[in-house]
Amino acid sequence: MTKTTKTDTGSREMTGAEMVVQALIDNGVTDLFGYPGGAVLPIYDELHQQEEVRHILVRHEQGAGHAAEGYARSTGKPGVLLVTSGPGATNTVTPLQDALMDSIPLICITGQVPTPLIGSDAFQECDTVGITRPCTKHNWLVSDVNELAAVLHEAFHVATHGRPGPVVVDVPKDVQFATGIYHPPSAFDQAHYQPKLSGDLEKIKEAVALMASAKKPVIYSGGGVVNSGDDATRLLRELVKLTNFPITSTLMGLGCYPASGDNWLGMLGMHGTYEANMTMHGCDVMVCIGARFDDRITGRLDAFAPDAKIIHIDVDASSINKVVHADVPIIGDVEHVLEDMVRLWRAQSAKPAEEDMKKWWAQINMWRDRKSLSYKPNDDVIMPQLAIERLNAMTKGHDTYITTEVGQHQMWAAQYFDFDEPNRWMTSGGLGTMGYGLPAAMGVQIAHPDSLVVCVAGDASVQMNIQEMSSAMQHGAPIKIMILNNEYMGMVRQWQQLLHGNRLSNSYTEAMPDFVKLAEAYGATGIRCSKPDQLDAAIKKMIETPGPVIFDCCIVALANCFPMIPSGKAHNEMLLPDEATDEVVGKAIDEKGKALV
Amino acid sequence: MAKEIQNQNKPVLPPASAYFIAENTDVIVQHTLSVLVDNESGVLARVIGLFSGRGYNIESLTVSETEHEQHLSRITIISKGTPKVLEQIKRQLERMVPVHRVVDLTLVAHSKGHEKPLERELALVKVAGEGNDRVEALRLAEAFGAIVTDATTKHFIFEITGRQQKVEQFISILTPLGLVEVCRTGIAAMNRGVEGM
Repeated sequence: MTKTTKTDTGSREMTGAEMVVQALIDNGVTDLFGYPGGAVLPIYDELHQQEEVRHILVRHEQGAGHAAEGYARSTGKPGVLLVTSGPGATNTVTPLQDALMDSIPLICITGQVPTPLIGSDAFQECDTVGITRPCTKHNWLVSDVNELAAVLHEAFHVATHGRPGPVVVDVPKDVQFATGIYHPPSAFDQAHYQPKLSGDLEKIKEAVALMASAKKPVIYSGGGVVNSGDDATRLLRELVKLTNFPITSTLMGLGCYPASGDNWLGMLGMHGTYEANMTMHGCDVMVCIGARFDDRITGRLDAFAPDAKIIHIDVDASSINKVVHADVPIIGDVEHVLEDMVRLWRAQSAKPAEEDMKKWWAQINMWRDRKSLSYKPNDDVIMPQLAIERLNAMTKGHDTYITTEVGQHQMWAAQYFDFDEPNRWMTSGGLGTMGYGLPAAMGVQIAHPDSLVVCVAGDASVQMNIQEMSSAMQHGAPIKIMILNNEYMGMVRQWQQLLHGNRLSNSYTEAMPDFVKLAEAYGATGIRCSKPDQLDAAIKKMIETPGPVIFDCCIVALANCFPMIPSGKAHNEMLLPDEATDEVVGKAIDEKGKALV
Repeated sequence: MAKEIQNQNKPVLPPASAYFIAENTDVIVQHTLSVLVDNESGVLARVIGLFSGRGYNIESLTVSETEHEQHLSRITIISKGTPKVLEQIKRQLERMVPVHRVVDLTLVAHSKGHEKPLERELALVKVAGEGNDRVEALRLAEAFGAIVTDATTKHFIFEITGRQQKVEQFISILTPLGLVEVCRTGIAAMNRGVEGM
């Protein structure tokens, strides 16, 4: 077989299937995650005859979606996946919704039954655009080959502009076979979809004046900073340095301000640090940058930051005033708005009184001294906090990316791992998708083949997409899966303890597989450790062993995740680890709170 | 400090939840929105899906192509909610890719000193009957300015156009006079004055 290169980007005649591949190339795609099937065979045939786009075969379409998310989040480029009609398309619904909630740019190309068969309940037919309409930014069914190029280029534009998100392009098989004229991206103007990037200067001036008048300010940043790009991160750090304001971040925004930075308070929210939540509760001016006041952040809304004037920067106007009223709303991209903000701050002479800031920082340092992330060490069993602390220590000096599944281990990773750069932390925040971490790690590794990619997993979550171990083996992605194995769905159990009288309904994992043997079955390396004094050696082995590794890190079974804002409480009503006795846990939520959760 | 923290672990007063459900004390108001969209397949499903998916109300919805050359349709939606929810509806509509413009006609009307935008509805009303009821129905139709669009000796179909209240009143008066069926278009609306949306 002769392989041809397709670098000619001019307009020319080709089949729909060729157009798909050409559009990927012209939009800078080098890696594509997917799974073939009847309705995409013409596209797979084209992929086979070129070398510019590398296809990563997964074992389940959900895995392709999460891998593409990991790829996108770690590179700032859109993630692309290709799946067949029917079940191929429906299997992508979870990652599409996941990407929608976490603002990850994804382009999902789905095959569809031939146009004349649509609506006839044909084999592997489903209403893909109907099913994916609420879980995408936008989607298209292309019924004319001459519109295919325009739609594909628009899909890339929509996914990556404004608030990023997933899009679906549904391509019937007859359209893939049909011949039409392909036009390159430069032939189209995308003027109709151009979300506003610059913020209203008057509002930014108002914000800067408010910040200058603050006695107890705080910056609350989120995933929008990561999405806005490296300059946004640089400007955020500059703003913190200039203002000396304390800064906390959501789960999605970790790394934008370095965990090693002086003004860092740690993550806020349900499992945030005492100092972060108390600072939010006590502040008089809150600068929210690219975050959306999620219910896991705010806790009890009527007691949320009661004295705060709120400045809210968001590229998505619908995020503003959705949950919390913004006193100074600024609609715009974080980078653009921060550029103006930093410039205006430098230019003006008014600053918060030194005396006030000193008092505020003294208060914050008292909260810090509470050491809300402390835990009781144990010589016999591995504490989960220790496992993450050691992972953090031993990966220093490596070029490390961390992904997680969803549950207690995710929160421990967020609390005890220090992220000093953005795009290094891939986790399912909004949707909370168990099964995200392993395929996401593979996606990250495909984008960064020489880096250390560790998936911090739970024993339950990891089994939701364990099949992607096979993909990691096939594509030589040496991902390291560190399972914090407590034999429970730990977070489910924690809530059952808090809310359901410690009746542990179906949260114990019976018939747990032997993860070491499982690793070996895939041809990977399995490691097990259950003793604290052997932990470092095990982590070292995990890092140094070439190829994929599953590290079954057996931790203490009944540890719970603290600090925690129990259901229905405010930021200043946290449950701290040393107070979380059985009695306190049992009483932490009253009857009405239980009914509402 | 330690004491303060101890106190924080007392059960708080309800209502309380991680999913905080705030008591709504804002007034519910009704607004009319005009939405200019690309006339493409599925666009109505997107708009309706947004409303059902996010739990917004639709009191009335009409749609038709208004600018043929540019393939634009105008959707008129009447929704009820708190001012905050109505602002959300507008923002959520605005961020949809095929949506060009969203105008809250009610807010525009208020800014011009009007109570509400110009709103009209058309209804077809079928009445069957003989004798006095029939005579009465025809007399009422004339009083309401309805037009007879179809008739036999046993029925009338009236066409009535006007404000929603007028249409509703007409229908309710005809109900005891042999009302068979009603079909209504929903409300078409625009603001008074020289400017477009």
